[in-house]
Amino acid sequence: MLDNNQLLRFTTAGSVDDGKSTLIGRLLYDSKSIFEDQLQAIENTSKKKGHDGVDLALFTDGLKDEREQGITIDVAYRYFTTPKRKFIIADTPGHIQYTRNMVTGASTANAAIILVDARHGVIEQTKRHSFIASLLQIPHIIVCINKMDLVDYSEEAYNKVINQFEEFSSKLLVHDIRFIPISALNGDNVVNRSETMKWYQGAPLLHTLETMHISSDINKVDARFPVQTVLRPQSESHRDYRGYAGRVASGIFRVGDEVTIMPSGFTSKIKTIDTLKDSLEEAYAPMSVSITLEDDIDISRGDMIVRSNNKPEPVQDIEVMLCWLHNNPAKPRAKYSIRHTSNEQKAMIKDIVYKINIETLDRNVDDKDLKMNDISKVKIRTTKPLMIDSYRENRTTGSIILIDDTTNETVAAGMIV
Amino acid sequence: MSKYYLNYLDELESEAIYILREVWAQFDNPVILFSGGKDSILVTHLAKKAFYPAKIPFPLMHVDTGHNFPETIQFRDDIIKDLGVELIVGSVQESIDEGRVAEEKGKNATRNALQITTLLDAIEYNKIDCAIGGGRRDEEKARAKERFFSHRDDFGQWDPKNQRPELWNIFNGKHFEGEHFRAFPISNWTEMDVWNYIKRENIAIPSLYFAHEREVVWRQDSWIPNSEFLVLEDNEEIVTKKIRFRTLGDITITGGIESDADTLEKIADEVSGMRQTERGNRSDDKRSESAMEDRKRQGYF
Repeated sequence: MLDNNQLLRFTTAGSVDDGKSTLIGRLLYDSKSIFEDQLQAIENTSKKKGHDGVDLALFTDGLKDEREQGITIDVAYRYFTTPKRKFIIADTPGHIQYTRNMVTGASTANAAIILVDARHGVIEQTKRHSFIASLLQIPHIIVCINKMDLVDYSEEAYNKVINQFEEFSSKLLVHDIRFIPISALNGDNVVNRSETMKWYQGAPLLHTLETMHISSDINKVDARFPVQTVLRPQSESHRDYRGYAGRVASGIFRVGDEVTIMPSGFTSKIKTIDTLKDSLEEAYAPMSVSITLEDDIDISRGDMIVRSNNKPEPVQDIEVMLCWLHNNPAKPRAKYSIRHTSNEQKAMIKDIVYKINIETLDRNVDDKDLKMNDISKVKIRTTKPLMIDSYRENRTTGSIILIDDTTNETVAAGMIV
Repeated sequence: MSKYYLNYLDELESEAIYILREVWAQFDNPVILFSGGKDSILVTHLAKKAFYPAKIPFPLMHVDTGHNFPETIQFRDDIIKDLGVELIVGSVQESIDEGRVAEEKGKNATRNALQITTLLDAIEYNKIDCAIGGGRRDEEKARAKERFFSHRDDFGQWDPKNQRPELWNIFNGKHFEGEHFRAFPISNWTEMDVWNYIKRENIAIPSLYFAHEREVVWRQDSWIPNSEFLVLEDNEEIVTKKIRFRTLGDITITGGIESDADTLEKIADEVSGMRQTERGNRSDDKRSESAMEDRKRQGYF
């Protein structure tokens, strides 16, 4: 691998029936990412189960319960590398009762692969997966029209699916949608170009993943630095060192930049940007660094360093698209801990504006329950201000989670509108 | 204009540093689980970066099975001295002597499973609320489901079906008295990433990883090193081979591979051409299809 190779995270939602596991197995197998002992193990299992040949889908088998039931329940992460990029796959289940797992996998993804069975076209599940991808603002969507072998590799069938998809996706907020006709079973257009679909002029899936432009996926405009912890070595060599440790959430910071500390509003200038290796002239997302300032200011975890000419909004009333993640439903007017970057406050759900029917994408203003897997627009009030951006502008400073203090469980994830 | 994106190793490094700082901010009494293997050495190196110019602000903890490679112990003591941090040792021998666990019997007996009790005892005794480990999701299918922040109940057990969802980079380490967390900062690294990074950063690792002459015996498809604990079967014989170890565990169960790779460059080259997974040489994982999942549920690393 070359030194400037990037990391691309993508998510695949779907079930065994869509050919998701076969597709992942095919990607790994044809890119030579499967080891011999792993292949041996799935050959043995294929034989034991009486399958013809090697069932590539078995490669994504997970925990004992999942193997017994033949389904994916939890997000499983898989890795492969090509000479061009390193890839992390968040392999998530496709069923409606696992919406929360899909949302989890989608939260860090650069790209989403949405599988459509060429025989069935766009179905409710397709719409649901696409909606989640757009809700979580996954920058790139690749619609793989699979099982082309079962529709005689017909261009007409492919175009029909594209038309169906574009009809409903115009309502979604996605900037980059691509379509690829594939047969995961036979390997057409997954890693290798299809011999049978000469009419398709585009790139196969792997080439698409290897070459899509992802450097602009992170916001490079709004400089945001949530402070994780303060470094005070108090050693001989660094007696007065006071560094603010964190990871640049977005934008670029340079030595000498005029900065404001939120929420206190104090201003200073960046003195140094430090790492173990050396001191830097600039730091950009998603770098982990330690920042020192020209002035002695009281700064602690939860504060945010921003450029003075571009500040986030400190607010206590926020509107979020909330996905409920827990078995216990939301309690009306109950208090939760809210986590936003490194900042933690208390919060109350004041109002449920509407709930989305994720099968039809209709809004229901009368349904005021928040149960597991529900996605709703809600109003939240916090005890102290959060320094927010909208999720559309900034995935890091636009996201929150809610924690139930009686169980310590993470119960909801929200995207700030 | 310079590029404003990170390459994959820098991104993995930045992610790991972020997680280590998150652990320090969210827990009162974390430790790094240090085995002397490359993954825990890597985590320690990343912790050094995360808190520079301060020292690593928490101890390293070694679960000592008593079945060590002598080189590993030497390496451990050197690194502790170099970092100036505290070392906590949990001793499996002590657990056996106190009757907390019983030694396995028979030819394939190991102290691998016994470590679980010693680890959990040490966590309880030292009031540790987060044990940072070098586990990676690419190692094994049960590990593929691990969270960065992984909850353990007050019996130290993992419940893979009821894990907390982890979204974006927001980690929830809240816990009740008696419970603890495991944190895995290098979850997203593969074996190849680890070697490429060790090579790039020129990180010191035990000599066992480099090709060297050693007395070994062929057992379960790999070269098991000769040691005071080795019980020879009738059909086995000790030979001297040029080998190196791809992973390091107990001397009784860690199989070596024949190799001439005696530099980090050569190791990285060799690993990139490997057709077997690294845990393929670990007899602890060969016991059953869910060997790792079962141990992890009980509190294993």
